[in-house]
Amino acid sequence: MVNDNALMYSRFLTELTLSFHIIYATIGVGVPLMIMIAQWVGIKKNDDHYILLARRWTRGFVITVAVGVVTGTAIGLQLSLLWPNFMELAGNVIALPLFMETFAFFFEAIFLGIYMYTWDRILNPRKHLMLLIPVAIGASFSAVFITIVNAFMNAPQGFDLVNGELINVDPIAAMLNPAMPTKVAHVVVTAFMTSAFVLASIAAYRLVKGSNHIYHKKALFLTMKLGFVFAVATAIIGDFSGKYLAKYQPEKLAAAEWHFETEEKAPLLLYGYLDDGEVKNAIKIPYALSILAHGNPNAEVIGLDQISEENTPPLYIHYLFDIMVTIGMWLLFLSFIYWVGTVRGWSLVKTKAFHWLIVFGGPLAIIAIEAGWWMTEVGRQPWVLRGIMRTADAATSSDHVDTMLLLFSGLYTILAIGTIVILTRMFRNNPVEQELQDRKRGGWR
Amino acid sequence: MSLEIIGITVLWTFLFGYVIVASIDFGAGFFNAYSQFTGKEHILNKIIQRYLSPVWEVTNVFLVFFFVGIIGFFPKTAFYYGTTLLVPVSIAIILLAIRGSYYAFETYGTKGHRGYSFMYGLAGLFLPAALSVVLTISEGGFVFLVDGKPVLDYWGLFTSPLTWSIVVLSVAAVLYISAVFLTWYARKAKDWQATKAMRKYALIWAGPLMISAGGIVYELSFHNEAHFNRMMELWWIFGLSFLLFLGTVWLIWNRIKYGLAVILLIGQFALAFYGYGFSHYPYLLYPHLTLYDSFTNEAMAIALITAFIAGLALLLPSLYLLLRLFLFNQNYVQGRTK
Repeated sequence: MVNDNALMYSRFLTELTLSFHIIYATIGVGVPLMIMIAQWVGIKKNDDHYILLARRWTRGFVITVAVGVVTGTAIGLQLSLLWPNFMELAGNVIALPLFMETFAFFFEAIFLGIYMYTWDRILNPRKHLMLLIPVAIGASFSAVFITIVNAFMNAPQGFDLVNGELINVDPIAAMLNPAMPTKVAHVVVTAFMTSAFVLASIAAYRLVKGSNHIYHKKALFLTMKLGFVFAVATAIIGDFSGKYLAKYQPEKLAAAEWHFETEEKAPLLLYGYLDDGEVKNAIKIPYALSILAHGNPNAEVIGLDQISEENTPPLYIHYLFDIMVTIGMWLLFLSFIYWVGTVRGWSLVKTKAFHWLIVFGGPLAIIAIEAGWWMTEVGRQPWVLRGIMRTADAATSSDHVDTMLLLFSGLYTILAIGTIVILTRMFRNNPVEQELQDRKRGGWR
Repeated sequence: MSLEIIGITVLWTFLFGYVIVASIDFGAGFFNAYSQFTGKEHILNKIIQRYLSPVWEVTNVFLVFFFVGIIGFFPKTAFYYGTTLLVPVSIAIILLAIRGSYYAFETYGTKGHRGYSFMYGLAGLFLPAALSVVLTISEGGFVFLVDGKPVLDYWGLFTSPLTWSIVVLSVAAVLYISAVFLTWYARKAKDWQATKAMRKYALIWAGPLMISAGGIVYELSFHNEAHFNRMMELWWIFGLSFLLFLGTVWLIWNRIKYGLAVILLIGQFALAFYGYGFSHYPYLLYPHLTLYDSFTNEAMAIALITAFIAGLALLLPSLYLLLRLFLFNQNYVQGRTK
């Protein structure tokens, strides 16, 4: 009935588009907040370095926004092009947050344009800062609304399905589904965290490359501090997410944790590999899974033995879970050491080696974002709407998906190269030292 | 008025907004590339950059708004149009992506790369063609149901004179709308050379616009007779639209009141666009899909309309602020403030 190849290529293409889009989307959600904080600190401390920081971040941000917008448009349309049956069904229940997301995006687009072109027109810095508030709100809320759509796919509710027909639709109930609070919080906070570490790694890179300017040190300290705060928040929300999974999506948690037998006092497995159904070389943390799942070391955790085989997600999501958690913990630790070390004046945090670790922090955070999304999405297989519609029944029947996959792969390659080339050129050709000198000559503003 | 009609009117209005702002954008990109090609880039470049920079992102939102809205109000369109439009819409997405990203790369990154602006200009001409295919398909005759699944007849589509008339119309409309708007904008900027160039383009593209529009009406008379007859019932709307068109051309020809010319232009397209939309009623895809059998449930429709009103309350003042700062601000338009 279903065209198997179309299904496979539709999955590839959706995964490719989303994986590419979330890099830009995450930065798009987090960076406006960082810009706002930098400008606010600059006004508060009357320190032009922070204002310049906001200005330079904005310049780079525009490039990422542009790619974020076009890839976002792509995934928005691909939802209907590749998964028409899914959209036909789900559109009845979940159109509201999709619609609201475009409003948030609209709001952000308008004010970002105004903010960028009024640096030299609105001379009162406080008034100019006000323009960033709608940008940051718009950016965060588009993440909130689109994550609500995704949460609905994991925990559909707000309708009754009678003989394949949807009745008694309640759009608000669909939005307030059980997966929503943890998902939205996790997505927004990790976006802030990732953006902070990405910006930190840029500052650290300048320091590694020999600049000793106080500007970079201020930037690094500010972003690492923010990164630490958001990393702590991420860890706490991650724990809530585990409890959500245990209650509503036990198959995802069990697959991610290789928890085969339902048992009490369940241990948490870190790392290791599967060999013929046997877990090898894993680190076992006693009781930890029971604590993660229910907040009680003696609690019973449902294992894969309770899940029928055709509803079991692929087991490789365990590796993705490991990657995500390990990177999160590592960045939490790294930023904590940096913060304490800077305040206490440890020489360790001023070494080149330590700065290199921070340089790698940004890319690692992005890898963690990718791993986390792959885990949550693959962990929902074989469902596209958990318990309602299987992925195989949602795909398009068109014959041309493979060609489109090729076309889009080419597009994303070009966009990735373009972004990297433009961003490096932009900042290499106009280093901070140069810009500060130019400004001194021309006066501030 | 029924919820269905409110829904489609809202969406049609956003699509109209997109047609106008995107036309200005696409056409500007083309004229910019063309002026570089002929070695006259200094004439148009500044005007176009100054207008486009703060608004390019907003333009895109109009399109997103329309396609998210249509899935929301009419979920069955996802089934029919989603399945059949994979190729043309994917091509449009890729062109949009190239345009959007290269615009940002060029404007904020490295300046003045010729290759970029050619791609930008060309993509702007192919885009209306790729997007207008949707209009052709909606007239019926190109989508067939095979085993209950919609299949697009590509060969029929590519060999149909209707397709090509609509493509020509969309390209001519893009260049005409853009030229009229930019004539006004350049005039406001007191950039006489640019005004002169754009005025010439506006007059050049007025002819093809009317010829292709007439061609489509003729094609429809035998391609989709029902639609043609409904259009004839609404002849006075199209007649009025034609009068406004004559008004715009007259004003531009006599070099007076360019602002009024833009208003008449928008009026002309609004009348033609809504007239076309009304005459298409009640079909979304002739003859498979009507407004009524694809409409979402009542609870969602009411929620969407509520969200829409709340959103507009937020958007309209913001849009007004944007226009006031960048379109109606004499100092900005003339380049005295950055």
